[in-house]
Parts: sequence; C-alpha cells; structure tokens
Amino acid sequence: MTKKEVNQDGFNQAMKEILAGGATRTILSVLLGFLVGAIFMVISNKEFIEGLGYFFSRPGDSLGAAWQVVSDGYGALFRGSIYNADADTFEKAIRPLTETLRLATPLIAAGLGIALTFRVGLFNIGGTGQLISGMIFATFVATKVELPFLLHMLVAVIAAIIGSTLMGALIGFLKARTGAHEVILTIMFNYVMLYLFTFMLREQSLLQGEGIIGNPKADPAAENSLLPKLLGDSYSLTWGLILALMAVVVYWWLMERSTIGFRLRMVGFNPDAAKTAGVNVNRTYILAMALSAAFVGVAAANQTLGTAIGVTPSSHANIGFDAITVALLGGSTAPGVLMAGLLFGAFKAGSPSMQVIGISPEVLGIVQGAIVLFIAAPPLIRALFGLPKPQTSNVLGKLRSRIFSRKVTK
Amino acid sequence: MKLELRGITKRFGTLVANASIDLTVNPGEIHALLGENGAGKSTLMNVLYGLYTADEGEILLDDKVQKFSGPGDAMAAGIGMVHQHFMLIPVFTVAENVALGNEPTGVLGTLKLAEARQRVLDISKQFGFNVDPDALIEDLPVGIQQRVEIIKALSRDAKVLVLDEPTAVLTPQETDELMDIMRQLAKNGTSIVFITHKLREVKEVADKITVIRLGKVVGSASPSASTNELASLMVGREVDLKVDKAPAQPKDLVLSVDAVSVLDDRSQRAVDSVSFEVRAGEILAIAGVQGNGQTELAEALLGLRPVIKGSGTIKLGDKDITEASVKQVLEAGVAFVPEDRKKDGLVAEFSVAENLMLDSSFKSRFTKGLNINLKARRKIADDLVQEFDVRTQTSDSPAGKLSGGNQQKVVVARELSREVKLLVASQPTRGVDVGSIEFIHERIVAERDEGKAVVLVSTELDEVLALADRIAVMYRGKIVGIVPPTTSRSDLGKLMAGVSA
Repeated sequence: MTKKEVNQDGFNQAMKEILAGGATRTILSVLLGFLVGAIFMVISNKEFIEGLGYFFSRPGDSLGAAWQVVSDGYGALFRGSIYNADADTFEKAIRPLTETLRLATPLIAAGLGIALTFRVGLFNIGGTGQLISGMIFATFVATKVELPFLLHMLVAVIAAIIGSTLMGALIGFLKARTGAHEVILTIMFNYVMLYLFTFMLREQSLLQGEGIIGNPKADPAAENSLLPKLLGDSYSLTWGLILALMAVVVYWWLMERSTIGFRLRMVGFNPDAAKTAGVNVNRTYILAMALSAAFVGVAAANQTLGTAIGVTPSSHANIGFDAITVALLGGSTAPGVLMAGLLFGAFKAGSPSMQVIGISPEVLGIVQGAIVLFIAAPPLIRALFGLPKPQTSNVLGKLRSRIFSRKVTK
Repeated sequence: MKLELRGITKRFGTLVANASIDLTVNPGEIHALLGENGAGKSTLMNVLYGLYTADEGEILLDDKVQKFSGPGDAMAAGIGMVHQHFMLIPVFTVAENVALGNEPTGVLGTLKLAEARQRVLDISKQFGFNVDPDALIEDLPVGIQQRVEIIKALSRDAKVLVLDEPTAVLTPQETDELMDIMRQLAKNGTSIVFITHKLREVKEVADKITVIRLGKVVGSASPSASTNELASLMVGREVDLKVDKAPAQPKDLVLSVDAVSVLDDRSQRAVDSVSFEVRAGEILAIAGVQGNGQTELAEALLGLRPVIKGSGTIKLGDKDITEASVKQVLEAGVAFVPEDRKKDGLVAEFSVAENLMLDSSFKSRFTKGLNINLKARRKIADDLVQEFDVRTQTSDSPAGKLSGGNQQKVVVARELSREVKLLVASQPTRGVDVGSIEFIHERIVAERDEGKAVVLVSTELDEVLALADRIAVMYRGKIVGIVPPTTSRSDLGKLMAGVSA
C-alpha cells in the first residue's frame, strides 16, 4: 500500500501536505515565528549584549533588557497596527487598525489568486507580472480617459482585472500549448512586465505623466477614478477593502461550491482522473491561470486607484511575492487567506512604529519568513509540540515523522 | 532458515491491523499468505521487514529472537523482500541496481562494477534467471525487473524471501516462470513467504497456506484444499466464483468498431485495424495477455487516445464518435471503468460523494446552474453507498482511505448509475477482494440484462469465462478470433498466444 506512493511526484506530495495544514499547526507556526523574531530583537539589543559580559553575577540585567526590548518591540507593533492607546482621541487611536486593513487589502486579493493556483496544482510565482499588467491597464484608464464619477472608478477597476487576467491567460495558454512550466513562465514574465511598465512610464506618448521629465512616473489617477474613502477623509482606507472582501466571498463560492471549482480541484489532485472524467485538463490550466490573475487584478486596482499619487515602477510593492506567503499561511482557503492577509498587513502597518523606538523593522520580515518556514515543515511543528500525526497514508509524512520522532525521543 | 512470528500485534490508532498472529515458515518451504485486500498481510510483512515495530509479539529466526529497528537490520539478518512496486532505478543497469546500497568497493571507495556484474551472473546462472547484468532497467519487461529484485535480495544472502503480491503485474507466462523460480529457490533452502489473493497460484505453488482475515489468522490449509474452500476461508462465507446468468438476448447494435488503429505512448501501432460489434444485452469480453493493445483500444473507445486519422470509425448507435472528446463520449452514453482505478478512476483526496460526481460535473443531477447541488449529491451518494455496499463510514470520507475493493465499488457505482447505452469495463476486478469481485460481476451481468451493451476488457481468464457472451481475443494489436464462451481454456490459450482459430 505505502510502497506505491513512493513513486509519486515528491514535490506535489509535499505541496499537498503543506497545503493540508490544520488550524492548530498554523497558529503554532505564527507563535513560533514571533518567538524567532523576539530572539533576533534580543540578540541585536545593546544592553542585552553588555549585560552578557557579567551575566553570571547579575543575570537580571541581561534578562531584564531582553524582556524590555521584546515587549517594547511587539508593543510598538501592536500600537502601530491595531490600537494606539497613547493617542489623545479615539479616532487617532484606531487609525493603526485602518492602516492594517488598508495594507492587507492587496495582500488578501493577490493571496487569493496565488491560492487558487495552488489548489489546481500549479505554482503561480507571477503575481508581480500579473499585478503590473493590471496596473498598466488601470493607469491608462485612470490617467488618459475622462469619465464621470463612479463610472470612471468602475471602468478602471475592471480594466485592472482584465489586464491581469489577460496576462494570466497568456501564461496558461503558453503552458497548455507548449508544455512550458508555469514557474519559469511566470518568473520570466515578472521581468518582462516590470521593464515594460518602466519603459511605458518613461515614454511621454505612453503612460508618463505630463511635465515629468526622465523619471518613470505616471500622472496621479484622476479624481473620479480613485477608490472612494471608506471611513471618511481622516483615514486612508478605501473601498478597495470591500473589493477584497467581495473577492474572498467569490473565491469561497468558486472553490467550495461551484462546479468550476470542483473541476479545478479535481485537476489539482489528479489530472489523469480528471481527463478520464471528461475534463479538458489543458483548458483547465488556462482557466486557472486566468482566474488566479483576475484576483491579482483586484490588488492591481487597489495599488493604482488607492491613492492620488502617480504610479511608479515600484508601486507593485512586492505584493506578488508576499501573496505567495499569504496563500501558504492561509492554507489556500478563503478564510485562511483573509486571516493571513490581515496578519501580514498588520506587519506592514506596524513596522514604522517599531522603527521609531529603534528596532529595525526587518525583524518583521524575519517573523514573516519564519512563519512560512514553519508552515512548510509540518513534522517540525508536530515534533516540537507533541501533536499527533495526521491520519494520512503518505510516505513522505511517515518518513519525515519517523526521522523526527527518533531524534526527539532521545 | 526457519522463520517464526509469535503473537504479532500491530495497531494503528484504534485499528488493529494484526491481532496476535502466529506464523511459522520452515526452511525451504513456500508459505502462502492468503487474504483479501486489507486483511493485514502487508502490515505483517512490514513488521517482519522492520518497517513497522510490532506493539506485541516477537520475530524469531532459527529460534533466536530478533529485534529490527529498520529494514537494514532485517536484511542483515537474512530477510529479503520483493515489493509489489519495484524499488529499482530505471536509468541504472541491472548490475548497478543490484549493487546499490551494498556496493563492492576498492581503494578510496571506487566502485568495483566488475564484481557487481559477476555477482549478478553467478546468481543468474545458479537459478537459471537469464538476466543480462548490463541491461538498463527501463528497457526490461516487468517480469525481468522482478527477477532483478529477487537477485538483489539473494545477493545480500537472503534466507527468507518475502514476495508481496508478485504476480499482480505479470502476464500468465511470466507468472509461470516466477513459480518455477520460487520452486528452484525453495529447493536450495530459501524459505519463501508468498503474499497473494489469487487462489489458483496458491494451489499451484505453495507448500503450506495460512489464511488471514481482518488481521487474524483464520486457518491454514494444504494446497490440495478446493478453491471454494480457500475462498470461503478468505471471505468467511461460501463464495460463488461462477456467475449465474441467463443466455444473452442481443438486440440493437450499440457499438460498432470498424478497422480502427491506435498508437501507444511510444508511437507504436498498438491496435491494428480492429473491428467488432456489440449489441444491447450482451457482454463482449476482450481477452488476451496484458500488453496486446487492449488498454489502448479501451482508451480509444472513450476518446482518451486518438484513433489514427483515416484508419477507421467508432460508432455508438448511429453516432460517429471516432473523433469525439472524452466529454462528448461520456455524454453520448458511455460508462467507463478504467483499468487503473487509483490513477484514472478516483481522486483519492476527494470524498466518496465527490468521487461519485466526478464525471457528472458539467450539467447533471448533481448540479444546479454553476452550483454543486450539495443536497442532491448527499442523497445520491448515500443511496449509492447503500446500494453498492461501499464500506465507508460516511459518504464524506476520503475515497483514498477505502480498501481497494471498496474504491472499485465507488467507481462502478458512479458509472452504472449514469444513464448509458454502453459500459466499457477495463479490468473491473483487478486487485479487488473476492467478496467485491462477486458483487461487481453480478452488477455487470445485471447491466447486460437491463439491455446495455458491455465491453469487458480483462486479462483474467476466469473472469472472461464467467461473464462473456462472446470472447474476442487480442494478440499483438489484432483480434485473432471472436469465439463463444464455451470455448475450452486450451483453445483460448492458443488464441492468446497468437495461433488463429
């Protein structure tokens, strides 16, 4: 029984197990990630290191400093991302939360896109390229077209989604037609799109803003095309959040309730069986890449139409890559991606206030990376916390847990 | 070497896979371990091989208690295992594969390949294996690959050889050759544990038979016991290996295949200008030794594999489906039970209910617009689970967790519950336990009696003879004869060997 599975594609098997992660494991991974971040804060703290010199005579100095820096650091993160108790008005106190929501918006939307491809057994690393494609379309509509209020915004949002979808569909088509691997295609198109975008932003006849000379930068999006503010002008949170939440619902319906999602998942788990069941696997790959990119397009709309400053080549803000970690952490489910997007949004919102108190915000990058690392190493988490083995019959898991259990019991 | 297992108990959670099993294998004895799928045979052997640790009980070799913490220990103690799925590296030669993990080395760890070759030649000669040490594994037929596995075990001085379902992948000829090899080895003092669920083989080759059911030893028998006796020990009740069926009453023409040729994966002509017709209410069995084009023919019928352009036509009723897509063929009224259920028939991660709607996801009783009709699906699934006696906790359990027989029942239930004119069943009972075989056979006959046309592709002669109304024998891509089911086994054997009737 178990011997058969050895022959299966190891990568896919590992991917399946990573994505099948339970809620407990995910939460533990997050906690461990914070622990790793704390270690980095401590060992980079001057007082802690000075205290180490005479650690055995007065350990309290070092330990106190360690506690101090960690509580200061994560305290600042909390103040910067959720609720600032030091603020003089309630409105200011909850601003950090609205910032978290604002920064989480594109992560949630793009995270859904990447998650969709995971469910179909594809690996879309091209979030950046697809995002930029959407931004090109949206920037064109937002800066070169004049339309009435609301309609302009809607058209620009749709343009972003279409722009991204076309990019995704092209990659899916190339994969289906030529057999090229989507990882290579998406990585390469990231470069192509980034430089195409930069090129267009330098060309006065294309997207470059009027009166901007040399710099690759577009005009600010037209007032009518901007996403309206959600909570009034004192917060920068826009209706982009609502779009992202709608995307969450659509994603949930698509993957869990629709026949389209049923076939997408079928192809993801077993393309041979899907073929035998009458599903056109190649067409499904094209559809999956297009749908995936459509979700990324919502993020593209948010990046282009969220603020009234002209877009630059760096406006993609690395969301295409962050979305991969969001999808992984969220286990590729709709609620999971929502939560993971909020968490990473909070990191982005909170990092400036950590910097203010002298803790390098890169610590949060480490936390983020560590979380995903723990997510990707399920047996490690299980061994550390003595969780039961999942009831799967896959050889990879068995093999790894055997290796770990031997080491740990000693 | 004498092998003795005493009171072996192995639990997985609450499931008791082996309950205090005793087994003694004497030197030079071929001991058959007979049991249905999921009876606990493989678990027991994995305990013996050190892959699992027994919760209770002990393993003795020549009356000395052994303690294995991994396959390495088991191998060192003289236990060799040939798995059902070979552990060979396709791009290595025979000698390299045999040497792997046990390499003869010289100064600075250089590989002494000549010595490895010699080892293969020696063993090959001793037992008449006839294996070329320099051949690449990927170029060898399955039967020879299996011999390489046996040589691998013998080259490490295995005194107890465990063969896990060794005949599952072999043609009848290869099976016979394997049996000769087993007898040879036993004569030289090797003890052999032969795991199988095929009664005929057991009777032919075993010295002693131990039957396992639900993790317990339920009895032992001598090879002279009747097939029915062994089968009822296995399943715990009398089994009817024959299927009761009335003579066929063929009606309208359903499937006509005319001069169809198909290429295989290596672009060789696997099906060569094949023609036949199947009428409503009859079962046409396509018999033949595995690899004579039956797989490709079945795939071509479903549209999974293209018919060579211009070579011929496939018609379902009046409808030409030669170039139709799989979806179109399914919708035109064809049900398909694929040969390899794990690969093509099921999505192991999907629930039983999801698997039951696998090929009805477009527009069917399972759907409501673009939505899955969850309520209808649950109802249909629960009904089918009941009707087809699928042993599963609920219809929400993943199909991958079911035993082979129950998985196949899911596939059969799905295909037979659709409104179709034609059923194409490829190896419908391969790797399925006796109880399920009986059930599946009855259902196939019931389909015929309801007026459906059935194409049964099977390499099991017993199955063909039990079910067929007409038998088409394939040899090297051609149909060498279509004969009535009253044809004798020896005549069928001749046809399968390519001698035209």
